[in-house]
Amino acid sequence: MTGQQAGSESFPKLLLHNAAQRGAQPAMREKRRGIWRTQTWQDYAAEASALAAALSDHGLKKGDHVAFVYDNRPRLLIAIAAAQALGAVAVPLYQDASGEELAEPLRSTGATHVFAENQEQTDKILEVLPTCPSIRCIVYDNDRGMSQYKQAELVGYDTLLEQGRKASGEGSGFLKEAAEQVGSDDDAFVFFSSGLNKSANGAVFTHAALIERARVLAATEKLTDKDVTLAYLPPGWASQTLLSYVQPMATGFCVCCPEASDTLLSDLREIAPSYLLVTPRMLDAIVSQVDTRMEETGGLNLALYERGVKVAQRVSDLTHAGKSVPFGDRLAKTACEILVYGPLRDALGMSKLRLAYTAGDAIDPDMLMFFRSIGINLKQAYGATETGVFVTVQRNGDVKPDTLGTPLDGVELSFSPKNEILVRAPGLLKAYHGNAKETAKALDADGWFHTGDMGHVGDDGHLRIVDRMSDVGTLKDGTLFAPRPIENKIRFSPFVREVVVYGDGQDHVCALIDIDTLAVGRWADTHELPYMGHTDLASQEPVYGLIGDFVAEVNGEMAGDPALAKCQIERILLLPQELSADDGLLSRTGKLRRHAIAKRYRALIDAIFAGADNVPFDIGIEHVGAEGEVHTDGLKIRNVKTVNVSQMRKAA
Amino acid sequence: MSVSAQAEPASRAFPIGEPILELDSISLRFGGVKAITDVSFDVREHEIRAIIGPNGAGKSSMLNVINGLYTPQEGNITFRGQRIDNMTPAKAASLGISRTFQNIALFKRMSVLDNIMAGRTLFSHATFLEVAFQLPRARREERQNREKAEEIIEFLEIEHIRKTTVSQLPYGLQKRVELGRALAAEPQVLLLDEPMAGMNVEEKQDMCRFVLDVNDHYGTTFVLIEHDMGVVMDISDRVVVLDYGKTIGDGTPDEVRNNQDVIDAYLGVAH
Repeated sequence: MTGQQAGSESFPKLLLHNAAQRGAQPAMREKRRGIWRTQTWQDYAAEASALAAALSDHGLKKGDHVAFVYDNRPRLLIAIAAAQALGAVAVPLYQDASGEELAEPLRSTGATHVFAENQEQTDKILEVLPTCPSIRCIVYDNDRGMSQYKQAELVGYDTLLEQGRKASGEGSGFLKEAAEQVGSDDDAFVFFSSGLNKSANGAVFTHAALIERARVLAATEKLTDKDVTLAYLPPGWASQTLLSYVQPMATGFCVCCPEASDTLLSDLREIAPSYLLVTPRMLDAIVSQVDTRMEETGGLNLALYERGVKVAQRVSDLTHAGKSVPFGDRLAKTACEILVYGPLRDALGMSKLRLAYTAGDAIDPDMLMFFRSIGINLKQAYGATETGVFVTVQRNGDVKPDTLGTPLDGVELSFSPKNEILVRAPGLLKAYHGNAKETAKALDADGWFHTGDMGHVGDDGHLRIVDRMSDVGTLKDGTLFAPRPIENKIRFSPFVREVVVYGDGQDHVCALIDIDTLAVGRWADTHELPYMGHTDLASQEPVYGLIGDFVAEVNGEMAGDPALAKCQIERILLLPQELSADDGLLSRTGKLRRHAIAKRYRALIDAIFAGADNVPFDIGIEHVGAEGEVHTDGLKIRNVKTVNVSQMRKAA
Repeated sequence: MSVSAQAEPASRAFPIGEPILELDSISLRFGGVKAITDVSFDVREHEIRAIIGPNGAGKSSMLNVINGLYTPQEGNITFRGQRIDNMTPAKAASLGISRTFQNIALFKRMSVLDNIMAGRTLFSHATFLEVAFQLPRARREERQNREKAEEIIEFLEIEHIRKTTVSQLPYGLQKRVELGRALAAEPQVLLLDEPMAGMNVEEKQDMCRFVLDVNDHYGTTFVLIEHDMGVVMDISDRVVVLDYGKTIGDGTPDEVRNNQDVIDAYLGVAH
């Protein structure tokens, strides 16, 4: 689609190219005050041009770093484009992060300019300003509540834009001139991973690296400028910025921004995107919403829905097993397509969806197959912050429930003796920002990037992942112990929100389980089990029974897998509080911070391995307004049924 | 947090101005029961003015007098220097005085958007027939009113419930919608009757933020009745304290806090 002519290898040049080639086509849509407002590629370029002119007057120059603390908004994308037009490096940060969490990347990149979306974000930056002396200018967008701020560093986005328009005129002339100064091998972005490790390193990417990879992905998936996506994940997460900024630049498709985070599902329905990045958690929410609403509807609709889901599952199972589908089922499937799947896809805002990647975490294979069976092309892919765009994706027509697909063009995979996944590809990070030591550790002399993930490629050429290298340990008897595959199996229960298993250096495996308050609460309602809030629910014997039974089922499953048979979970404890990112126990993208959790709940874990049935624990509620805290005599620890493998073998 | 906006009162977008509303020697009786006795105070433009007092002190009656629901037997109301005899709710509305109620008074079976649109009545001049046939003026007004309603929806962060029926909403959100409907009338003075009653801490903080933001952004003058002393002291510029229908204190939150009569009435006297 896009011409690969020389000279188009930087983002400002791509923006100009798009403005020239498809100027009147929509580049961005945002719902504001109830109406979807469109900005074309021409508008995009003109606004970025004016903003760049103003930023230049405010002292931004080539090689400077500009941080962004923003939700998904067209102005975020425009501001990134404006900064990059001046040769500055964009550093998108997590908008949910606290001031303290933001200070680290601001200091390590030495950011000179910061774009803050609103008063809340500006407050955070001002809070850490004394410890970040490099910051010279803070641009705030929404001026609500900002009238009383008099700091010299502050300037409004609108003011800046007006200054820029006065200085450079309405067109994109300034951008054209500035773009000439930006080379394809200049730094374009610094991405921070969601902070699984304590000292987060920023991965530096050049313009050329990201653009080339985005084109390969577009070619593989046949993305065109007719595609439409919805941006709703945190822009600080590399995958989101790649989807909403990098890929549209390379391909010319349109990015839509929801009105507010609460309106996501209805915005999704109104936009009906063709290309989407989804997280397993969001799919969970969608499925449980659909289930609840179908149950409320009842009658014929519910009967049709249940029937339709069954048919879809049967047909999909047969197809995957390579068997032929009987005529009756084929007929039923066609009928269901008209009566159930089509309307359902429409209600979910997925009627035009032709490509959706799950990212961020492992997805329940059943969930993946459910969405695929109702006609949604949901696929898995693998990539890390440091690899930029995905390195492997499942190809259309070759999707398997438990793999991450095959390498994209130009990507080489290799494995260390310890089964660490090594990647060599043109689009990798250039270095970790200002940290040659870490760079040398991760990126070896031959250009292989050490992902830190353990995995293997099967006979079918598909990549399968086991766990983070650093999390893999051994049980006392020397059995390899990888927590994540076990956790994934348990997390797929609707009653479990999060789970952490421990076993490294121990003679058995135990699990700390964070129950899903809503789902377990509903279960308690139907079983007439009175409870007061999460803590009380998590301490009740019947709930232990419910979760214990599920874990026992998982144990049964694990017994059949030689690699996991010895890692069956023997003891469980239900956590009295939800694990949350604000407590530092989850990353901002919702991944477990295993070591932080282990540190916080050390006493519990020790008690489990010491064989206690009960462990005293001070909940130490910090939340405002949580008065009359439930008094617990301690947290319960319960044993779970395991399957003795040697006996099973004899029986078989 | 919400209170930080009060840190530097000198640098407000709308500095506190001249008295906009003056109440002079108001007395209100229901038969033999004295609800309000000889109460006088004023409200300055752009300020947040609180009326506090124990149960039955006459706070709600005072608001009802201001917007014309009750006619006092004695006393004068002056609005922008003009004496208003026999105030009625309609007159109050046309003068730019809007209010919310202690017990939410929304149209429960209408959507949030329709409720807020209802607050635009004063700005709709098209006749029934013009609306029925969708003539140009009716359409223009509809569009303008909808734009204002959407502005308020964005301001109060209730986009996600725009089309939800009010009766399905939790209490805290209904309160916010009621504020939205009052704002839709673009009031100069907004009377809030216990805007935070029955709310949890987080909802109260949100409501405080909205009051301060509205004051900062539109310059709206607030008169609010509140039970929660903490909230009052945090967000008000001046506080008048009523007890048994009489004024027992009037001044800045600090002055009121240190007023012995107020301490006795509100916090109880050690006998």
